Amino acid sequence: MKFTIQINTGPYTHQASDSAYRFTQAAIDAGHSIHRVFFYHDGVNNATEYSVPPQDDRNLQQLWSELATEHNLDMIVCVAAAQRRGILDENESKKNGKNGVNIAPGFEISGLGQLIEGGVQSDRLVVFGD
Amino acid sequence: MPTLHTVNKSAFERNSLESCLSVCKTDASVLLFEDAVVSGLQNTTVSNQITQAAGSGIKLYALSEDLKARGLSEERVMPEITLVDYPGFVKLTVENDRVQNWL
Repeated sequence: MKFTIQINTGPYTHQASDSAYRFTQAAIDAGHSIHRVFFYHDGVNNATEYSVPPQDDRNLQQLWSELATEHNLDMIVCVAAAQRRGILDENESKKNGKNGVNIAPGFEISGLGQLIEGGVQSDRLVVFGD
Repeated sequence: MPTLHTVNKSAFERNSLESCLSVCKTDASVLLFEDAVVSGLQNTTVSNQITQAAGSGIKLYALSEDLKARGLSEERVMPEITLVDYPGFVKLTVENDRVQNWL
């Protein structure tokens, strides 16, 4: 079965990102395919490469990046939500006259249309948030 | 066309469980996870609502890992509620035709 996962909160505001990660992993383990993971609202904070949590804390940004590499996941960050919160890829950084790029590997900035497409193309849309 | 509803907030903090149960069809399933697992404990002010929902045919579940994370033993959960793990959560989304997340 095809799933799209939507995540609305960052790793340090609420349990949602942890829950979404565990759910996504369990779905993959059960043999299902993940059509897309869409990071929306504060959920875009899962996509920063500049986060450096203590070593004994789980590093969700890194865990998502690793999961994406391992299973070739399509992980999309909402562009408007990302711009507000300072999540930039090379293109957005240049376009807005900024100096840095902080989007983590495996994440891609795109539009809300990707969420709609994910909902239409998938058998189930599961939303995690506050 | 059964629906899986997920509730993630305690019934003592928000009214999402009450809202959810008020529109649930009798063939629906409701999963309590994250902070909502406390709503499934025995002898609380929402226990009657849960018993009533179960009596009407609604199937109720709670995520065992979130219970454990909060130091709550499985014995304290109402008998109307079935405990599931993450693979069980995924299975519920597959067995139902759609998922409604009450955020």
